Amino acid sequence: MNPIAGMGGRVGLKGTDGEAYEEALRRGARPVSPHRAIEFLNHVRSTDFEIIAAAGAMGEEEVLASNKKDLLRLVVGERKERTTAEDTKTAAREMVEKGTDIIVFVGGDGTARDILDAVDEEIPVLGVPSGVKMFSAVFAVNPRAAAKVLDEFLRGRTSLVEREVLDIDEEAYRRGVLRIRLYGYLKVPLPRDDLLQYMKTVSKGGEEEENKLAIARTIVEDMEPNTLYLLGPGTTVKAVADLLGIDKTLLGVDAVVNKKLVGKDLDEAGILRLLDRYSKAKIIVSPIGGQGFIFGRGNQQLSPRVIRRIGRNNIIVIATWNKIKDLPYLRVDTGDPDVDEMLRGYIKILVDYRRYIVKKIV
Amino acid sequence: MFRQARWDEPLIFELSRPGRRGFIVPEIDPAIKEAVGDIKIPAKLRREKPPELPEVSEVEVIRHYTRLTQMSYGVDNGPVPLGSCTMKYNPRVAFEIAFDPRITMLHPLQDERTVQGLLEILYHLQEWLKHITGMDYCCLHPAAGAHGELAGMLLTRKYHELRGQLDKKREIIVPDSAHGTNPASASMAGFKVVEVPSDENGNIDLDALRAAVGESTAGLMITNPSTLGLFEENIEEITRIIHSVDGLLYYDGANLNGIMGYTRPGDMGFDIAHINIHKTFSSPHGGGGPGAGPICIKDRVVDPDKNIWLHDLLPGYRVVYDEEKDMYRLEGPSKHSIGLLKTFFGNVIPLVWGYVYILSLGARGLRLATEQAVLNTNYFVELIKDVRGYSIPYGPGRHRKHEVVISAEKMKDETGVTAEDVAKGLLDVGLHAPTIYFPLIVKEALMTEFTESETIENIEEYAKRLKEISQIAYTNPSKAKEWPLSTSVKRIDNVRANHPKTLAPTWRIYLRKMRKADSNV
Repeated sequence: MNPIAGMGGRVGLKGTDGEAYEEALRRGARPVSPHRAIEFLNHVRSTDFEIIAAAGAMGEEEVLASNKKDLLRLVVGERKERTTAEDTKTAAREMVEKGTDIIVFVGGDGTARDILDAVDEEIPVLGVPSGVKMFSAVFAVNPRAAAKVLDEFLRGRTSLVEREVLDIDEEAYRRGVLRIRLYGYLKVPLPRDDLLQYMKTVSKGGEEEENKLAIARTIVEDMEPNTLYLLGPGTTVKAVADLLGIDKTLLGVDAVVNKKLVGKDLDEAGILRLLDRYSKAKIIVSPIGGQGFIFGRGNQQLSPRVIRRIGRNNIIVIATWNKIKDLPYLRVDTGDPDVDEMLRGYIKILVDYRRYIVKKIV
Repeated sequence: MFRQARWDEPLIFELSRPGRRGFIVPEIDPAIKEAVGDIKIPAKLRREKPPELPEVSEVEVIRHYTRLTQMSYGVDNGPVPLGSCTMKYNPRVAFEIAFDPRITMLHPLQDERTVQGLLEILYHLQEWLKHITGMDYCCLHPAAGAHGELAGMLLTRKYHELRGQLDKKREIIVPDSAHGTNPASASMAGFKVVEVPSDENGNIDLDALRAAVGESTAGLMITNPSTLGLFEENIEEITRIIHSVDGLLYYDGANLNGIMGYTRPGDMGFDIAHINIHKTFSSPHGGGGPGAGPICIKDRVVDPDKNIWLHDLLPGYRVVYDEEKDMYRLEGPSKHSIGLLKTFFGNVIPLVWGYVYILSLGARGLRLATEQAVLNTNYFVELIKDVRGYSIPYGPGRHRKHEVVISAEKMKDETGVTAEDVAKGLLDVGLHAPTIYFPLIVKEALMTEFTESETIENIEEYAKRLKEISQIAYTNPSKAKEWPLSTSVKRIDNVRANHPKTLAPTWRIYLRKMRKADSNV
């Protein structure tokens, strides 16, 4: 648990990274995450598991204050007065080494980033939301919902999906500039609709990886010759490159023509140069989980100028069933209101082998 | 009080004892032998060793299956309000006629002159279905609803192929409230599937439809009334939109029981429709099949130069009446037909069943059946709509047709008691559960269709039990997790039951798994 996460919110700060923590304290901020951690723990129904907690204010105290105190098996890290990002990383790392099956963290985007640095996709991670900024798609809706997910995970009824960790420049954010970068992916448990398996319905694509492959296969089968394909960030889009045998930058934009790589980790200028060379071009993007942004979050290289030149009809949106089912809308925030307006309206989303659904971009 | 039989009944294979037999095959009649001579089965068709069939006596077979019957449940035991399944009563008069040996003993290759009676029945059925659906041609060939869908999609494909536009016409549009078989049928015919959302009134979101329709649109599949039990209010606009890009409209007849005698797919602008004889026209299904899924079309020109019409594309056989000879005969697939979808004519027994049903009720009777079915649904809605924990999403205040979808989402959120638990709570008192978790657009869905067969007492009983379940959910939710206790089979773990490790679809696979498990010990 990040003991200082979320403290900036009530006192009008945009986070507690770096210097802001001191300022938050000066403004009289009080901790919020301990309360949320306890709420989470108290709502977990299962009791047949054990807990490894980070020392002191980073989880140990909350476990002991909850109705799960008897389940505490081990404490990692050192008890400290002031904790830092390094402490989060060390504790998470140690938990992996002690063989935990899942890490539950309480915090915001900054905490998610630290966990990602420490454990990458080695083990599943579940976020209990308690930050000011929670742009990342690794959080449950609230502590109680997180408790339900953990229960399902413990019963073996979840699928593991990769979800985005987004990195916000807090300094810029406090100045009112939203600069968001896709930082990476964590492996998150998602409750499975196992009841659907025997109901009057076709299987919704089965497991996540198979679903991605089905989407990728459709894209590859439909690829037109001499057309520039700009592959946006993310694992769903990466599956297309994998199928083509191309080594794609996971977090960047790559370009493909006639199933061959013609540009890697491109910036806006690089993309525009390629657009000069090819008369036909298409963009392939996947929405950010939980939020539905297809432009303006983690893929700013696909700028308003790029989008304008390629045109709305040449935007291919792809998403797995697991990702799309909880998204009521898609969103755009390119920074250019005219381009945003042009993008709005209904669009087809490729969700499985030759299978599309129609959703609105708002 | 309901208590279902519970036998520790072994599988019929486990009852097998070497050498025991149920009957003795008679010698071939000497007259036949004399006429045909020795029958020699070619070596390549002969088995090298006898088939591994169970060896049991007749009385064992009867007792075994009687006990299994005692442990099962169907329309003959009580209400089966499975939504979109139209589990109506299977009238015995139809059973008697459909299973008359003069029908069951006929051979499909028999000379047409010797089966004029049956052909007349099937001919009339074709004609009646045309009237009921408002279409121009009906073909009784497909063996089930989804088989009819496949036929319809293959027709659509052939239509575009003959018009030289199949390279463009790649997509079939389906609403998100559609039956799961619709996208599957479209896929099997080689189309891509585009799902469009419903609006809050339960109709297709027209803006989304307009955005999805274009030159790649080959057609649209829809049930009307939908799985929400709601009549699509914009159906005429929808047909205009699809026809404007030369797409065809497919009517999934699964929910015909909600409109029969009041409106017809042909009048709404549909080009192709299938009918579930085993739903709307009372032949048994759900283990008691087989079904029959005739398809009907509204004729239109496919190729004016070659004078090809949509009816030329129909699959299988049709019964035609030869006025000159005053004779019925079978007409095989024509040159442009999509061909045979199964061997021979079709599933004749359910078709005869449907014939008897229609003949017994007559035009006014069919209309009355729909009225009663719709009345039953809406009476049930009135009984249940204010009960705590349930809600009726989409189209607030709109009357339902053949079925209604109740959501137990609120109950789940407030008590942890799910739609599955509600279903088990119904089973526990001897009431069959509704279709659950479908349509997918309703969370914790209980899709309920009583049909016209159910009595007012049974509908009230059903609503009363749902109310009881709600009370239990809000006072003692853990009790709901124990249901059902009084059934032959208690609650199963779905995850385990569906897991490939525990599934055994056949006896031979079961044996193989057991052997493997033994060798691992």
